[in-house]
Amino acid sequence: MNFREYKIGSRMFGLAFGLSMSITLLFPSFDLAASIVSEVGLDKQLTSGWDSGWQLSDPFLNGLNKPLKVLVRKDPKSGESIEPVYAYVYPAGTSLPNGVTHTANLGKGVEELSVKEGRIKEAKKENGAVFLIKQSDKAQTFENRPLSYMENATATKGWTPDEVLKQAADSDILHAGSGKTMFVREGCWWCHTLLPEQTQDWQVFGAPPMLGDFNGESPTAFGSDRKGPDLLHVGSRNASREWMMLHFFNPRLVQPHSIMPRFDYLWGEVDADGKKIDFKKWRSEYDEYREGKITTPPEVPMYAKNSEIRNLIDFVVNLK
Amino acid sequence: MILKYLFGKNEAIPVGSAAIFFGFSSILWFVIGTGLGSFNAAKLAFPDFVTGTEMFAFGHMRQVHVLAVIFGWISMAFAMAMMYITPILGNTRLWSEKLGLWNCMMWNISLALGLTLLWMGVTSGREYSDFPWPLDLAVAAFISIPLAVNVWMTIIKRRTQGIYTTNWFFAAATFMLIIVFLVGNLPEYFHLTGLTEAYMTWWFAHNVLGLWITPVAAAIAYYVIPKVTGNPLYSHRIGHLHFWSIVVFYSTPAAHHLMSAPLPEWLKSFASVEGVLILVPAIAFVSNILLTMQGKWNMFVENLEVRFTVVGVLLAIPLNMQGGFQQTRSINWYIHGTGWMVAHAHLALLGFSTFLEAAAVYLGLQTLMKRKLYSLTLGNLHFWLLLIGFSTYWISMTIAGLIQGAGKIYEVPYIDVVIAEHPYMIARWLGGTMVFSSTLIWLYNMWMTAREGTVIPAGRMPSELAYER
Repeated sequence: MNFREYKIGSRMFGLAFGLSMSITLLFPSFDLAASIVSEVGLDKQLTSGWDSGWQLSDPFLNGLNKPLKVLVRKDPKSGESIEPVYAYVYPAGTSLPNGVTHTANLGKGVEELSVKEGRIKEAKKENGAVFLIKQSDKAQTFENRPLSYMENATATKGWTPDEVLKQAADSDILHAGSGKTMFVREGCWWCHTLLPEQTQDWQVFGAPPMLGDFNGESPTAFGSDRKGPDLLHVGSRNASREWMMLHFFNPRLVQPHSIMPRFDYLWGEVDADGKKIDFKKWRSEYDEYREGKITTPPEVPMYAKNSEIRNLIDFVVNLK
Repeated sequence: MILKYLFGKNEAIPVGSAAIFFGFSSILWFVIGTGLGSFNAAKLAFPDFVTGTEMFAFGHMRQVHVLAVIFGWISMAFAMAMMYITPILGNTRLWSEKLGLWNCMMWNISLALGLTLLWMGVTSGREYSDFPWPLDLAVAAFISIPLAVNVWMTIIKRRTQGIYTTNWFFAAATFMLIIVFLVGNLPEYFHLTGLTEAYMTWWFAHNVLGLWITPVAAAIAYYVIPKVTGNPLYSHRIGHLHFWSIVVFYSTPAAHHLMSAPLPEWLKSFASVEGVLILVPAIAFVSNILLTMQGKWNMFVENLEVRFTVVGVLLAIPLNMQGGFQQTRSINWYIHGTGWMVAHAHLALLGFSTFLEAAAVYLGLQTLMKRKLYSLTLGNLHFWLLLIGFSTYWISMTIAGLIQGAGKIYEVPYIDVVIAEHPYMIARWLGGTMVFSSTLIWLYNMWMTAREGTVIPAGRMPSELAYER
């Protein structure tokens, strides 16, 4: 490289590219780091867990290493009825949420509250922890919005993961964390966005997400090009598990013109009663129904409590 | 034979081996990638087509197609172009054929491994940076770094004084790819979360398109047209303008992929402005290349490589006009997340980029193997199937996208949008399948060229011999 032009050129290139990366990466990072997590963001973070994509503890995205969202109706210590509240149960050995491992994610105000009053730093992965979302009476300086923060109920109230799970009925336990992993693995986000866009989109699909709704969530899975309805608030529009079951088994049962693929394989081998599911028989009966040979479609088997579809439906129904 | 070269001495490897290996690998990935695309499109047009198994679900297969065509076909065709064009422009030999062969071998293996895992559902959940971080490290170590080293050392050890435009682009792009790849995957190495993670994911995706695919494809045209027509490049100065404006204007508008997300508004505005300015390198490029064709337009009809290149350059016109304006807030709100974007992506990668790479691979394989193309008829069939198939795809998806955008304005049940776009999904599948069949024809043609093509005498170019069959 003998020409003087190439020396000057290389330095100009470094300057140009460096400046470009500063403006597009460094400067926005200051703004994004200053975001304060909202209540929605806390819920999302605590529900999904540490990460819903590939991780060493869950290399094939089977939904391992994920928390449970439990509706607590009875005090785990005394057994008395209490006002129902959602608790986020991290069984022993589960990776803790990002707001706990990196409290800066929570943002100013929420970080102090969560550490001091919520005692989140006392949570240990080996023992597991139970988290709650608490409203504080302190307000954010911007718009006087009340701050929500994370409370480590294992430290403050002595609730252990096992106690909370023991007193909860299975229908009150949402495997939404594992469900989000299903969402990522099965590629639901390639067709269904999680980001209502503008104007009429908001009226049909609900409010768009705000800054602060994503802190600590990974991956955010906004979605790619939309080939199906936006799902950010689908739980508020449609909380029917029966509909979800039919729709996942074969979308064309409830929506004849749907182009969504079938997810019957997520039922696994057996149904809720432990009976083996005969997929071939179901499909041939369905084909007969479609051809008009029988008048009603075959019944969709009820899913087993530990099936992958249970996790996915829990996740979808939780998208309020 | 390849094993003999992989483990032998560099000096014993015939000139052009790495490029030929890359060339045929890229065509094979083109076949695989477009085959996957055709398969996926069939599922959208006919939803019960091979449905009900996890491995063949659209959600698993969609990104396998995308990464196969980007990191398999496009990037390997680029590597092929670099392996043979960079040395010629420096009047020297490739710095290391052996490194090139290893690069290609490891590239094939790691891409196949990564795609198989992705197919099985092993994904990070981030578009374009789908591979989990151990695979990302393999990609950096086996794919981008060896390629950059080979290209840079060849340029450093050149025997000419100056560096031609094509080599500025090749050198800059291989360097930037490494940086973009490592920085863009920071969310995985350091577990960044939230909006930061979303933004960095799209910063990576955008810069792969803008700082790897766009400049290298353009650089190919800067070589092929002057070389085959015999005309000098129209303007060295416009080449300068093109190069610098790509670096400054194409590296900055990453936020335009997230205009609906709650990113800082100043960032989105900055990105929009820079995005419109992408028209500067676009117009510079198109005008420079088309003006280089002066007096030789008969070759557009008569010569296959020139035809592929010029069509690629012409497709850059709608591509950049679309791209520059669709990323402003006033237009983006309508077409974001619709089929228009899919059409735009294919205009860029299947239109602009593929036509240019096809020219490079046609020219390169004939030159290096010293064999004239086996059959002009098959070459023409490849060209026309590719062009008509691509056009069908592009037009149908653009229309479908505009319909989907209307679905955002009119409060119709979403299913009405799905019903309305059904015929366009079928048209898209037909177009994509035409493209897939054209790649099979091309593979056969190049294979027969290798085995039975007429030998090109030393010192002659392929275009100096008459076409046969």
